[in-house]
Amino acid sequence: MKSLPARTVDAVMLEQRAASFRTRSIKTTAKLAGLRLAMSMVDLTTLEGKDSPEKVRALCRKALTPGVDHKGRPLAPVAAVCVYPTLVAVAREALGDSGVKVASVATGFPSGQYPLAVRIEDTRRAIRDGADEIDMVISRGAFLAGKRDLVFEEIREFKAVCNASASIGGDAPAHVHLKVILETGELETYDNVRRASDLAIEALLVDGGDGPAGTGFIKTSTGKVTPAATMPVTLCMLEAIRDCFLTTGHMIGMKPAGGIRTAKDALHYLVMVKETLGDRWLSPDWFRFGASALVDDLVRQIRKQGCGKYSARYDYAEA
Amino acid sequence: MTTRLEVNKTYKLFIDGKFPRSESGRTIAVADARGRVVAHVCHASRKDLRDAVSAARKALPGWRNATAYLRGQILYRMAEMMEGKRGELAAALVVGGGRPAAARREVEVSIDRLVAYAGWADKFAQVLGCNNAVAGPYYNFTVPEPTGVVAVVAPDAPGLLGLVSLCAPALCAGNAVVAVVGADGGQPIAAAVLAEVFATSDLPGGVLNLLTGTRDELTTVIAGHRDIDAVLAAGVSADQARVLREGAAENVKRVRVLDHKATGNKGAKVTRGEVDWFDAAACESPWWIEPVVEMKTIWHPSAA
Repeated sequence: MKSLPARTVDAVMLEQRAASFRTRSIKTTAKLAGLRLAMSMVDLTTLEGKDSPEKVRALCRKALTPGVDHKGRPLAPVAAVCVYPTLVAVAREALGDSGVKVASVATGFPSGQYPLAVRIEDTRRAIRDGADEIDMVISRGAFLAGKRDLVFEEIREFKAVCNASASIGGDAPAHVHLKVILETGELETYDNVRRASDLAIEALLVDGGDGPAGTGFIKTSTGKVTPAATMPVTLCMLEAIRDCFLTTGHMIGMKPAGGIRTAKDALHYLVMVKETLGDRWLSPDWFRFGASALVDDLVRQIRKQGCGKYSARYDYAEA
Repeated sequence: MTTRLEVNKTYKLFIDGKFPRSESGRTIAVADARGRVVAHVCHASRKDLRDAVSAARKALPGWRNATAYLRGQILYRMAEMMEGKRGELAAALVVGGGRPAAARREVEVSIDRLVAYAGWADKFAQVLGCNNAVAGPYYNFTVPEPTGVVAVVAPDAPGLLGLVSLCAPALCAGNAVVAVVGADGGQPIAAAVLAEVFATSDLPGGVLNLLTGTRDELTTVIAGHRDIDAVLAAGVSADQARVLREGAAENVKRVRVLDHKATGNKGAKVTRGEVDWFDAAACESPWWIEPVVEMKTIWHPSAA
């Protein structure tokens, strides 16, 4: 691995800049377009110990039809359903060839504190069961202990597993996308977030940045640690993606996850993506929201835009 | 020698146990009887009402699941705190155009009204509920449950008493309340003081929210908001009543619109459909609770 330039982050400016995205006024048709775009970018997620096949099936139904607009017309599906490895097969069957992707957390989620062989097998099984996307966690312990080479090699190894998905057999898709979870809530400083982002991006690109759109993502959090996704942290990672694009020409995807619950938050994130990376990233191929409650609020706001009235809690499915 | 500058209070909204300004930044000037502007109160917007309804919805489970005994205690506590602020409340009513003696009486009757509903909290279910005789081996009984989020549109006069008389039955039954007070002719300052009293009354945040604004604007939003389950309104115009009823039809909100006479002056004629807010016998009955509860009937197998 190359030695990375030591980029330090100006925390004050970063936070001010992130806060400034909240001041944009987005109204009427632009707002509606933003809400629908945000909906198409959601990784509808359930990652609980009590998840059951039936809960995942219900979530898949919700992913296919997140809700109806004020005239009762069904809304377009979300980007993906994100589940634990044991439930990938259930989700795969429920979603069929609808185009909604199956994402699976793997690699010893959420801690990553398992032997490498176990984590690789975890990933391979999820792919064999039909996962289109793998959300991996980095070894934060190793990263914070300064063993950056180790983290780098691990990411590279998981990327290789994803790239070789065709050889795994079973229901493995031809292309498997990899999202690298940095778990920014445990990285303590923006400097670390930036370093981990640069490291992950470099590891994702080490075997060449080719392949279909969005094969490599960096992701903020598991959702199991507080704070999860915040706007400054996401901005810090977006800047890493921007700098990579400006120097190498390769695009990397971004997924903030955890804590984004309202449609208004989602719109602020979209503004941040547009103003940091540009329109090319405003697509589910390059930007995702890891969320569960967000979908209900998006449906609520889309209906509100349509008829001007606020909805009741019983207007949505609860999955 | 320096002259002391008076420290005037900013009257704000009461949402989710906090005192925010209107998100719109708007205010309404309140004038006293002589036409002098005495305060600028918040002019609540559609979004403030939305926030208040969200807060009420969030607070509802805790409040409705609290024991009736606890709700009664908290209502009594609200009365206790009002008692301590009698002077300030009466002064606020005077600023809003009331006469000192009438204002004092209105505050006292308001406090007594809260005490009355504090008493009803663990008793109204026995009056409104019942055992039903059925032809079969069942024990069959009917119990009242709170309707949910109740919007209250308070009358202009008596501003304080009308507000308390509408909120107390709804709170007593375990509903969460979003109350709207007209700042253009009502008693918005007294309402704002009342919010400060209730904020320190053990009432969980969000159970009671108070907005000052214009009734025309807010009744339209209340009517269209699907997450409001019932509306209690008094002193609204015929147009506003129609807007409320039409909007409520869409998601079958319960609507109760009361007419009222303008003042509580002795000797004023009470006509049919009007409420004499100062009449304890008329205004402190479980029939005021009945419009904000739903009846649940249970069939329980019995051995007989």
